[in-house]
Amino acid sequence: MMTKAIEPVRHAGSRGTAEIMAQGLGLFSIALGAAELLAPRKLARALDIEGQERLLQAYGLREIGTGIGLLMNDRRAPWMWARVAGDVLDLATLGAAMGSSRRREAVALAIGSVAMVTALDIACARALSQDSQHEERWYPDYSDRSGFMRPAEEMRGAAEFETPPEYRASLKTSEELPRTPNAANRTD
Amino acid sequence: MKALCWEGKGDIQYEEVPDPRIEHERDAIVKVTSCAICGSDLHLYDGFVPGMKKGDVIGHEFMGEVVEVGRGNKKLKVGDRVVVPFTICCGECEQCRRGYFSVCETTNRNKELADKMFGHGTAGLFGYTHLTGGYAGGQAEYVRVPYADVAPVQVPGTLTDEQVLFLGDIFPTGWQAVVQCDIQPTDVVAIWGAGPVGQFCVRSAVLLGARKVIVIDRLPERLTMALAGGADVAINFEDEKVLARLNDLTNGKGPDKCIDAVGLEAHVTGSIDSMMDRAKQAVMLETDRPHVLREMFMACRPAGVVSVPGVYGGLLDKIPFGAVMNKGLTIRTGQTHVNRWADDLLRRIEEGQIDPSFVITHTVALADGPEMYETFRHKRDGCIKVVMKPDGHAHHTGNGHAKVRP
Ligand SMILES: NC(=O)c1ccc[n+]([C@@H]2O[C@H](COP(=O)([O-])OP(=O)(O)OC[C@H]3O[C@@H](n4cnc5c(N)ncnc54)[C@H](O)[C@@H]3O)[C@@H](O)[C@H]2O)c1
Ligand SMILES: [Zn+2]
Ligand SMILES: [Zn+2]
Repeated sequence: MMTKAIEPVRHAGSRGTAEIMAQGLGLFSIALGAAELLAPRKLARALDIEGQERLLQAYGLREIGTGIGLLMNDRRAPWMWARVAGDVLDLATLGAAMGSSRRREAVALAIGSVAMVTALDIACARALSQDSQHEERWYPDYSDRSGFMRPAEEMRGAAEFETPPEYRASLKTSEELPRTPNAANRTD
Repeated sequence: MKALCWEGKGDIQYEEVPDPRIEHERDAIVKVTSCAICGSDLHLYDGFVPGMKKGDVIGHEFMGEVVEVGRGNKKLKVGDRVVVPFTICCGECEQCRRGYFSVCETTNRNKELADKMFGHGTAGLFGYTHLTGGYAGGQAEYVRVPYADVAPVQVPGTLTDEQVLFLGDIFPTGWQAVVQCDIQPTDVVAIWGAGPVGQFCVRSAVLLGARKVIVIDRLPERLTMALAGGADVAINFEDEKVLARLNDLTNGKGPDKCIDAVGLEAHVTGSIDSMMDRAKQAVMLETDRPHVLREMFMACRPAGVVSVPGVYGGLLDKIPFGAVMNKGLTIRTGQTHVNRWADDLLRRIEEGQIDPSFVITHTVALADGPEMYETFRHKRDGCIKVVMKPDGHAHHTGNGHAKVRP
C-alpha cells in the first residue's frame, strides 16, 4: 500500500506570497518615485496640473522612502500600511485635479490605476499583519475521523458503481488494462 | 419563529421572522431538527454572490419533521422524517426527467433575472440568492418546502440526524464531483480543498476505486482528516509548490482527474495571482478568485477530466484556456443534482459503507449561528463542519467541540 505523507507545518500563514508581493510593490514604489522626482514637468503636463511640480517631487521622495523601507526591513507590515496612506493622499490629489484639469481622461486613468494599486497594497498589508498574529496556530488531531467502519485501505473500490453513460471520460488508460474490453471504442 | 438572516456582508443575525405557511398545494412545512453551515453560505457571508437582499433567511442544508402538508401532496404525511435537498425541483420538466435536477426549468421564480446573469436561469435553491429564486432557507425553526412531493428524502428512524443530514448537499456533491471524473482503477485524482466538500470527494474517490488520491490545502487539521479518509498524499500549498509536487507524484504526466473543491474564494495569500485577483475584486475588475482553476488546467494530464463542484459567481481573469483546449481537457461542473444520488447514498449509509458524521466538528444551538459563521469563516478552533439545532440542545459529537445554549 502507498505510504502516507504529510509535511510537518513549519508555520501557519502565508509569509512567502505576501513577502514576494511586498518586495515587488517596494520596487514599484521606487520606480514611480524616481519618475515623479526626475520628470515632474512631463507628469504635470500629462495630467494638466502644471504648477504642482514641487508637490509631485515631494510625493516622489515619499514613494522612494517607503520603497526602500519595504525592501530593507524584515518587518514590512508598517511600511505596507505607509504605502496605503500614501495611496490615499495620491487619490485625494488626483480627485482634486479632476475638477480643474482639462485632461480628465488622463486623470481618470491615473485614478483607476492608483485605485488598483491601493487595493493590492491593502491586501498585502493585511496579509503581512495577519501573518504576524497567527504565527502559532493550535489545531486538533482528526486522524481518527475516517468515516469508514473498516480501515480506509479496505474501502478502495468498495462502491461497486457503474459510471452513468453521460459521465464517461475521454481518457482511456493505454498502459494499463481498460475496465471493459474494447473500452476505447465504447460508444454508449 | 427564529431564523438566521443575511443582513449584509459579514452580518448574519438570529432574528424573529414570520412563520412560513403553505402557499401551494404541493408544499409542505418542515420543522427543522438539524441544519448546517456550508462553504456556499460563506460566499454569501463574504458578499461575493450577487442578488442577496437584507433579511433573507439563509441556509440550504437541513432536515426535520413534516408538520403540515398541502392538499395536493400525495408523497408526504405529517410526522415524516425528511432530509431536504438544497435544489428545488419539479420532477416533470425535461431537465428533471434527465436527472439534471439542479437546472430544473420550472422552480426558479426569478428566472428572468437569472437569464440576464447566466444566459439561462437554473433551479430554485433554498436560502440562496434571488438569482436562484430567493426561497427562504433552512437555518430556521421551520421551512416552507415547495414542490415537496418531489425532492425530500424520507429517512429511517434507525439513523441519526448527523448520519443523514449531509445527504441534502455535501455528500452527493463530493460524490457527483468524483462520479463526473469517471474514475478508473489506474487514476491519480487530485483534489483541491479539504473542506467538507473536499472530504467527501476524498472518500468518494476511495470508494469509487481511484489508484491514488492527492489532497491539497493549507490547514493541517483538514489535511489530517483527508488522510484519515484514505487520501494517499497531502500537499500543503503554503509549504510546497503544488504543480511541481503533482508532477513529481505522477512521473511528470499530471493527475488524470482534477477536482476543484475550493471555489471562488481561493486563499488570498496562497499565491501572487490570488492577491492580484483580490485587488481586482476590490476595484470591480473581476468577481472571483480563480487560482485553483488556473492551477488545475495547468496540472491536469492531457485528455483528463477537470471537475468543478466549487462555486463560481461571475467573471474570471487570466484563465489559461489555451491549456484546456490544446490538452483536450473535459470540464464538468454544476450545482449538484442531489436527488440523482441521494437514495443510493442513503443505502450506502444504511449498509455501513460510510458514516458521514465524521466531518462534524461543532454542534451548537441555532442561536449561536452568527458566532459560528465567524468561526467557520476564519477556520478557527479546528472548525470543519458546523451543525446547528433550532431547539437549542446541542449534542456532543465525536471529539469536536459542543456548545449548549438552552
Ligand atoms: N456544486 C455544489 O452543488 C456545491 C455544494 C456545496 C458546496 N459547494 C462549493 O464547494 C466549495 C467548498 O465548500 P466547503 O464547504 O468545503 O468550503 P470550505 O470553505 O470549508 O473549504 C474550502 C477549502 O479550500 C481551501 N483552499 C483555499 N484556497 C486553496 C487553494 N489555493 N488550494 C487548495 N485549497 C485551497 C481552504 O483552506 C478550505 O479548506 C465552495 O465553493 C462551495 O460553495 C458546491
Ligand atoms: Zn451547500
Ligand atoms: Zn424540473
